[in-house]
Amino acid sequence: MRNTFSKTLYDCACNDPEIHVVVADISPAGSMADFQREHPNRFINVGVAEQVMIGMCAGLALKGCQAFAYTIAAFSLYRPFEMVRDDLAYQNLPVTVVGMGSGIVYSSLGGTHHTMEDVAIASSIPNMQVLAPCDPLECIEATKYCAGQKIGPIYLRIGKAGEPNLTDKAIDKFEFGKIRYLQKGNDVCIISYGPIMSKAVSVADKLAKKGFSSSIISCHTIKPLDTVGIIDALNSHEQVIVLEEHVPQGGLSSRVKQLAWDVRASCKLTCFTLKDEFIHMYGSYDELLAAHGITEDGIINSVS
Amino acid sequence: MQIINEYNNELAVERCKQHRLDILKMSQNVSAMHIGGAFSSTEAVDCIYNDLMRKGTNECVVGEDAPDTFIMSKGHGYMIQLMLLHSLGVISQELIDGYCTPSGILGVHPDFGVPGIEASTGSLGHGLSLALGMAVANRSRNSDGVVYSVLSDGELQEGSTWEAILASSSQKIKNLVVMVDNNNMQSLGFTNETHPSFYPVVEKLEAFGWESNEVDGHNSSEIYNAVINRTGDKPFLLNLKTIKGKGVSFMENAPIWHYRSPSKDEYNQSVNEILGS
Repeated sequence: MRNTFSKTLYDCACNDPEIHVVVADISPAGSMADFQREHPNRFINVGVAEQVMIGMCAGLALKGCQAFAYTIAAFSLYRPFEMVRDDLAYQNLPVTVVGMGSGIVYSSLGGTHHTMEDVAIASSIPNMQVLAPCDPLECIEATKYCAGQKIGPIYLRIGKAGEPNLTDKAIDKFEFGKIRYLQKGNDVCIISYGPIMSKAVSVADKLAKKGFSSSIISCHTIKPLDTVGIIDALNSHEQVIVLEEHVPQGGLSSRVKQLAWDVRASCKLTCFTLKDEFIHMYGSYDELLAAHGITEDGIINSVS
Repeated sequence: MQIINEYNNELAVERCKQHRLDILKMSQNVSAMHIGGAFSSTEAVDCIYNDLMRKGTNECVVGEDAPDTFIMSKGHGYMIQLMLLHSLGVISQELIDGYCTPSGILGVHPDFGVPGIEASTGSLGHGLSLALGMAVANRSRNSDGVVYSVLSDGELQEGSTWEAILASSSQKIKNLVVMVDNNNMQSLGFTNETHPSFYPVVEKLEAFGWESNEVDGHNSSEIYNAVINRTGDKPFLLNLKTIKGKGVSFMENAPIWHYRSPSKDEYNQSVNEILGS
């Protein structure tokens, strides 16, 4: 997904001289390296210095530029949080803070490199928009939106590498602020976002073999949340599952539960999230998800 | 370097006297304001707006096509910035009258969106990164716009400021002029007691790849000459030796005047001292 992001941003930047990319010592692989070479004044590496990365982007935006701050998620959002809040959100500047390798994608690197709370943190800031594409194709659309919008700051939560394309046959097109059905079914609805969507797709396939037809929703825009779309999903399915790579508090699960209560939804609502816990387990992505209680079998077994 | 505006020291001295009187006058109507820090950076901010920044087609140093930019990084110096913007006709008397009232738009710290305010500040250690980003934008557009910023000495204790200092020289930024209102005071004591290794400042900046100089921060002529005589080959930091509360004897170097309005008697004495100076 990161290479897709880089390629898309490179394409946008070649056509828009206002686009600047400020990175904090992250390897400019692929298209990002081309951008650095061809537009050295618009590709700035501040080194291991995330606070100035965000502040500089704000300064660029105050002069009318379209700025992207790019590094690993933990360092683009957590380390310079006050700059994100004051410089970007308080001034409502159209800067995109890119959180690469979000969630627990960097499974074996340990908790310092995980973002299990980033959606809650970013969503809690007024003016902040939060986008989390689920596959490379959706990442293209999300990046284009970020490059072209002047509404305000965005936290763009993306994965790392090797994510499969899941949305090539999606029913709905990508539209900022709207949920998107990848497929529609009658029995179960799985709502998810980000790279963990691959589990949702796999679960839906396995459920089909057991006779359950499933809807799959990519909730790529977490803020502003498509409450109308979510409520419609709650009301039109008997079983709804939220699957997210995030702690239980402040993410999509808690929002969907809130909406379900507000409309007195009658569906069975089950949420699969990371635990509210730092787990010192250094295995693969799947193994760490399992340690958090997220397995495909576990999700499948929750359907009745 | 380009000669910016014709400099007149007598006018500068008179203006600064008037700015201090205006702030004192305002202090009698509101309780929330930072007087000490405004008085220590009065000459710096006056010099930037009146003698250094160039005018746009609207004959004002602030506005859409004005080439230069000023960021008040030490947001608690907002009061002197407001007085300058008021004297330049950017901030109306009506806005001044609404300071810290529900119907007004002026608070204690600079807010982006207020006429003439280029960035929101107040939390320390943000302004230099913002100014650097603006300087980078100017470079991308081949603009010769200079970005000016006034920092407090306390802001040089923020890690973010040193990130920006390092990044500015690494990026070979030239049109960035920073003044440090070095009054050696912070909320809990004197800077050189809090951090005995805080000084020297100039040598530190030079070691970080900046051009740097030091002058009396209450001497407008020294400030002006130091800035226009810089080489312009590097980012430039001018360390201003200042006195917090400068101009009123009982306010000078007295921590309580960081955030307090004078009583009627204190006001009268303050006015007399400034008029007699």
